[in-house]
Amino acid sequence: MKKTKFFNLHEKLGAKIVDFAGYKMPIQYSSIIAEHKAVRHSVGVFDVSHMGEIFIEGDRALDFVQLITVNDASKLNAGRVQYSAMCYEDGGIVDDLLVYCISDKKFMLVVNASNIEKDFEWMNKQNHFGVSIKNLSDDYSLLAIQGPNSKLLLQKICDFNLDLEYYHFKVGKCCGVEMIVSRTGYTGELGYELYFQGDEEVAESVWNQIFEAGKEFNILPVGLAARDSLRLEIGYCLYGNDIDQTTNPLEAGLSWITKLNKQNFIGKEALLKIKNLGLSRRLVPLLVEEKAFPRQGYEVSHQGKIIGKISSGTVSPILEKGIALAYVDYDYSKEGIELTFNNRGKDVSAQIVKLPFVNR
Amino acid sequence: MNIPENLKYTVDHEWISIEGNVGTIGITEYAQGELGDIVFVDINPKLESLTKGAIFGTIEAVKTVSELFAPCNGKVLEINSALADSPDLINRSAYEDGWIIKIQIEDSENLSSLLSAEEYRTQIGK
Repeated sequence: MKKTKFFNLHEKLGAKIVDFAGYKMPIQYSSIIAEHKAVRHSVGVFDVSHMGEIFIEGDRALDFVQLITVNDASKLNAGRVQYSAMCYEDGGIVDDLLVYCISDKKFMLVVNASNIEKDFEWMNKQNHFGVSIKNLSDDYSLLAIQGPNSKLLLQKICDFNLDLEYYHFKVGKCCGVEMIVSRTGYTGELGYELYFQGDEEVAESVWNQIFEAGKEFNILPVGLAARDSLRLEIGYCLYGNDIDQTTNPLEAGLSWITKLNKQNFIGKEALLKIKNLGLSRRLVPLLVEEKAFPRQGYEVSHQGKIIGKISSGTVSPILEKGIALAYVDYDYSKEGIELTFNNRGKDVSAQIVKLPFVNR
Repeated sequence: MNIPENLKYTVDHEWISIEGNVGTIGITEYAQGELGDIVFVDINPKLESLTKGAIFGTIEAVKTVSELFAPCNGKVLEINSALADSPDLINRSAYEDGWIIKIQIEDSENLSSLLSAEEYRTQIGK
């Protein structure tokens, strides 16, 4: 099991530590609900250093990124970030990722911790462009600072102006350390992600400066459990739950990043075929009014007929209602349709709603 | 880990305090910690009796859901009504304010199969 450079801090803070994607990670510090609300109402900090950073560099770096990802990376210029995915030839998803355009010859791909090795191998197999592919995941720490007060906080300790548009980044000094600061996150709130190198001492110094600056905002450290409830309230997909090699981006609601008119990318032909034949199922958001909560793996029915399965489910700490993402037969995937899920023997009704679950 | 000596325990992480033939049942400090923030305790308000080993309710936490198993047979005397508005009482006070159900114990001779504090501590490895 690997540890991030913040591990000792997590232990000192009394975090509950779990094994996650090969790392010892904090799942909860104080209370999931308190941590969740800190992010929605003020500011919270996540250690997400387990995420992978893979650097692509070379004259044909853009051609390479275009081939392996479904979104159109040619739309990027230096300082921009794009949400994207990598697909197999059959349209199944290798991983979802962020593409950082450092220059037209250098990109940073941020991938899921559980997929770092798989993605790195996959990328190397597709390298017909002579680009350099470096997995620097162990070198980089990543902190996500999320919440309406994140900008006020971060501006206090950042040497450069943080007026960043959504999905843009700057490179500069923050907390005395050179870092990539992007306006990105997995919570649906105003927020920033900080990528930087250095040992435990550097990491702890950055963490301590953030928490010192965050005192006036009642900043809290936030664990993976609240990270999950926060992303689900917005309806963001989680690899391993809502998307994987058996699902394609079209049925997962990721058509908006899948540029089928792009010249060529791995999976394009299969996805075009799937689109022309029509989708067989779709990932839909379900809202539950009863006090019975949807959980991953529960079957979903329409008038007694099983038509799908829940891929992610929890109690929304903000709505205090059950929320879920579920794959259901296309015929029953329209907004407004009443479905039921089986909650250990009891039928509970759930309605297909619009994302996000929480009013933005 | 707080595991009071004066209580009895089950392998399913319930505790029971026994006073005369009245048993008060809840879940352990360890169990509430594993569950995380508890948001709903689901017990049929018309529940009349418990059967040893049978499910008598569920606990919904943000992260997961867990079932409640009866430590012994008994007639239901009272369900903790405070949990309806404050299910997190279990998180804050697993052995006191967060009690779940009170019963009149019907098979006191079977109580010997319950775990002592020490046996329970060994079981959870703390």
